[in-house]
Amino acid sequence: MSNQALPRPRFNAPEPERGAKAALKIEARTAPLLQGKVSEIPDAFFGWAMRLCGVTVVALLGLIVYQLVVGSTLSWHAFGWKFFGQSDWNPVSDQYGALPFIYGTVVSSLLALVIAVPLSLGVAVFITEMCPVGLRGILSFTTELLAAIPSVVYGLWAIFILVPVLREYVQPFLATTLGWTGLFSGPPYGIGMLAAGVILAIMIIPIISSITREVLTVVPQHQREAALALGATRWEMIRMGVLRNARAGIVGAIILGLGRALGETMAVTMVIGNRPEIAKSLFAPGYTMASVLANEFTEATGDLYLSALIEIGLALFFVTIVVNALARLMVWSVTRGQPARSIV
Amino acid sequence: MPQIGIPPISLRRRVVDHVMTGVAVLTVALVLLPLFAIFAYLVYKGIGSINLAFLTQTPKPVGEPGGGMANAIVGSMVILGIASLLGVPLGIGAGIFLSEYGRNRYGDIVRFVSDVLNGVPSIVIGIVAYGLVVMRQKHFSALAGGVALAIMMVPTIARTTEQMLLLVPQAIREAAYGLGVSRWRTTLSITLRTATSGVITGVMLAFARVAGETAPLLFTAFGNQFWNWKSDQPTAALSLQIFTYAISPFDEWHRQAWAGALVLIILIVSAVAAVRIAVRHGTLAGA
Repeated sequence: MSNQALPRPRFNAPEPERGAKAALKIEARTAPLLQGKVSEIPDAFFGWAMRLCGVTVVALLGLIVYQLVVGSTLSWHAFGWKFFGQSDWNPVSDQYGALPFIYGTVVSSLLALVIAVPLSLGVAVFITEMCPVGLRGILSFTTELLAAIPSVVYGLWAIFILVPVLREYVQPFLATTLGWTGLFSGPPYGIGMLAAGVILAIMIIPIISSITREVLTVVPQHQREAALALGATRWEMIRMGVLRNARAGIVGAIILGLGRALGETMAVTMVIGNRPEIAKSLFAPGYTMASVLANEFTEATGDLYLSALIEIGLALFFVTIVVNALARLMVWSVTRGQPARSIV
Repeated sequence: MPQIGIPPISLRRRVVDHVMTGVAVLTVALVLLPLFAIFAYLVYKGIGSINLAFLTQTPKPVGEPGGGMANAIVGSMVILGIASLLGVPLGIGAGIFLSEYGRNRYGDIVRFVSDVLNGVPSIVIGIVAYGLVVMRQKHFSALAGGVALAIMMVPTIARTTEQMLLLVPQAIREAAYGLGVSRWRTTLSITLRTATSGVITGVMLAFARVAGETAPLLFTAFGNQFWNWKSDQPTAALSLQIFTYAISPFDEWHRQAWAGALVLIILIVSAVAAVRIAVRHGTLAGA
């Protein structure tokens, strides 16, 4: 702000009055900005405009809930709680049950966690505790690049590369070695629950590992030094001094990854097979809540059909909200209010 | 006099130490493998298919070779433009609220809500945009797609803007107040201006995050095989086109899907790299 904007003191000012009253007047004239009257209205306006932006964020969440609840009333009145317990999904006879989708979402996400958690922890530990400082930046950048790849590109890659590899090599191997468990039986299509779990795992590794990394970096240095001073090897130092202290945060990071996996749509839709069935074998095709929305929402003809789909969306929304809130709290408890930096 | 010192580390502990180091290295290799595989295949499959026709033509009917995704590339830009127009001012405003007016209970609520919003699955946001825009307008549109992506951008921008504004030293604000500059002017011309590069980083991150989004566009922008210049008509998007082509049974379309994916990735990765460079060399590098 330049000085020119300020009102200049009048040149032909009247003769100053004498006494205490006069001094006050002069003060007011020489420092007009201290009166504070000039800027009150724009300031108040700006303040309220910014508060409005803040309120809008809350309103957005309200809007989401409102839209989903209103949209799903029809289905809720028709099926009630049974909606989540029935496995019959038949648009022709207007029968809708969400169980196969819930099952598919849960199983594919858990499978993704089983694969992703050990890998992400390994990466995070390596980057923060073991790797040379020069390599650290490059490695964390590269793993975060994984997070920058759009879901649909993962799906594309999964269809043409991952699925054939699973079908030709991984599934026959699993069938011969672990087929007796019943989890790995049936014809190896490639496409199916296993493929969905693997691609989801690849997608959530960057999230889990980068948040774990942040949690590990806030573990106080003296914990490490104390462990080393007691004669611990590096691994013992990591296990006792670092991982144990960061436990809550790591669990939070894992749950955050779970939240992402639950809502992930495109890549899963492209490889899971999209069949609303509950099968024990991971080789069998399945269906998730997000992918049934992706596939059938635009084709939903009847009101009840659309409403049932929106109710699935509502259920998905609530599950991810709860999972995310839980995870945030756990990460916050370790990083002490410093919110986990959102990644690309 | 008993000897004081560190007892030798037993063989078992040393072996465990080395094994765990090896395991950590192995996990890094296992994680980097798909990354390299994805990029390698993208370049290998995509590069041969990117040509002038791909970048300037609309899709050809099934069976005819050639054609491109020009309308989808432009459509994506239109949708992202609408999303930025709606989402960026709102996000920055919410960020200013959080850092300048929201150091209290109300700010905490907004902070928590925006973190929650960040975790809402993108497909659910698509449903909301469908109800808000498509149901009212009675047809799919670029506007609906833009609204959906804008909702996704707001929380990310708000939180990064807040963090960047908080990095600006309080003394700078006080100096402005001391010169008699009003609060709104201080916030916009002093605080926000000081944090510009950081705020831009946040905007770019949000942009990169939604640039490849497909799920919320499925039933908002819907996709289109032809040119469309109206914001209230179904609009093609690069990510939608990739999806449609990838699940189709035609080799020619598969080829184009790879090319589209490569174009999309190049756009996004260059945005992310620009952000990295901006952060490293920006005014906030030392903050």
